[in-house]
Amino acid sequence: MPALSTSGLARTFMTKNGPVEAVRGIDLTVERGEILGFLGPNGAGKTTTLRMLTTLLAPTGGSATVAGRDLIRDPAGVRLATGYVAQSGGVDPHLSVHEELVTQGRLYRLTKHRARERAEELADALGLTGLLARRTATLSGGQRRRLDLAMGLTHRPQVLFLDEPTTGLDPGSRADLWELVRTLRDTEGTTVLLTTHYLDEADALADRLVIVDRGVVAAEGTPDALKRTHAGSPGASLQDAFLAVTGRTPAPRDTAPLAV
Amino acid sequence: MSPLLTDTALVFGRYARQTLRSRLQMLFGVLMPLLYLVFFGPLLTRLPLAAPGSSWQVLVPGLLLQLALFGASFCGFGIIVEKQYGVVERMRVTPVSRLALLLGRVLRDALLFVFQAVLLVLAALVMGLRAPLGGILAGFAFVAVLAAALASLSYALAMRVRLPQEFGPVINAVTMPSMLLSGLMLPMALAPGWLDALSHVMPLRYLVDAVRAAFTGDYGSPAVLRGALVAAGFTALAMALGARAFRRAAA
Repeated sequence: MPALSTSGLARTFMTKNGPVEAVRGIDLTVERGEILGFLGPNGAGKTTTLRMLTTLLAPTGGSATVAGRDLIRDPAGVRLATGYVAQSGGVDPHLSVHEELVTQGRLYRLTKHRARERAEELADALGLTGLLARRTATLSGGQRRRLDLAMGLTHRPQVLFLDEPTTGLDPGSRADLWELVRTLRDTEGTTVLLTTHYLDEADALADRLVIVDRGVVAAEGTPDALKRTHAGSPGASLQDAFLAVTGRTPAPRDTAPLAV
Repeated sequence: MSPLLTDTALVFGRYARQTLRSRLQMLFGVLMPLLYLVFFGPLLTRLPLAAPGSSWQVLVPGLLLQLALFGASFCGFGIIVEKQYGVVERMRVTPVSRLALLLGRVLRDALLFVFQAVLLVLAALVMGLRAPLGGILAGFAFVAVLAAALASLSYALAMRVRLPQEFGPVINAVTMPSMLLSGLMLPMALAPGWLDALSHVMPLRYLVDAVRAAFTGDYGSPAVLRGALVAAGFTALAMALGARAFRRAAA
């Protein structure tokens, strides 16, 4: 059984100007232990899809199975089996690294003792050991992102969702994070679904890519297959393939979108 | 222990620790009622207030509920900030009970405002308040319940707005009329008929009357019973709205 599969997953928002179809029907299959890069221009529906798959947002259509649990009927089961690292992270700047890791363990229903042990394990694995007593506000960008990742890994999820995991990081920290994600896949068999607007990241890290555009899957395949099919040769850049599929470049969220 | 209780204790612990770390936040809420107590209270001592007991037995119950009204209504600010850090979503993807996310916070708020109410009553005793202990304890109970209800409503609203700038004006628009129309400062017995009638649509009015009756030791008065019933109903409604906000996907 695949780690994640969706069929016609859709979300329509009701707005003052009438219904807006943010996600019109996504069909996805992700195998266990796969790193899937989820790409698309601004407003393509990437984050909305992620928010549905993490139970934050109820779908208005379609179905999905995540880690063997039905998304609609068993959201609690999905929460136990999945981890989510949002773009904004989600730690309180006034609390210490240790406090946040232990609280996260307790939210996942670990005993106090086990939550403390788990905090130490995660700190070891993610290079945060010397930082446990620090307030999260004092961490560097790369350290913060490693903490965010640790928070999402507290309960050893089978499926991990990463929303723009390396946005704003320096090249060294980005490479560190890629290595951590690969190690996770290799040692724990974790399935990873990540969104990114860095095409070099998608190229280097993902086993397979899905490009969404206007709320549907516009193309999918390995990075090389996408370059061959959509840009003419495996030697072409992923940027060319992305442009051919969507007619746009993957602008980061904090910059203005290009002409639509 | 059931997951709801453990989760509530966990959420409560997190926010209680944060509050304890910020001594200023703990004391700040008591400042406005304290100013009224010291600079407004003495004006009333020789006025006929159309109410049993001393002027302090009339004013202090109003100030206690004022403390809860202005303090708890603004609790939502905290969650708007937390939403910006992504803390709320991070917790909502864990299996933690949605209701506990509300109850843990509200419990912290209720205790914080009761603590401030104790400080206020101590100051009032110095200023000249004399009231039976039972009445004062009843006053604390009403502060706790009102704070819980208003904090819950405040969180429900805050879950729906993105920016603090959208939140503040709404709260101000609700709290000021609530204060004036419930007779918090002076009893509505002084009001002309139309104002007194209008004040009866304010749930807070019944709570003020109840605490004033309790402060004179008149525990059997219908005002106490009415106040308790209104407080219970209002709190149930507020909690239901708050719980819904945490259960539903919000911005």
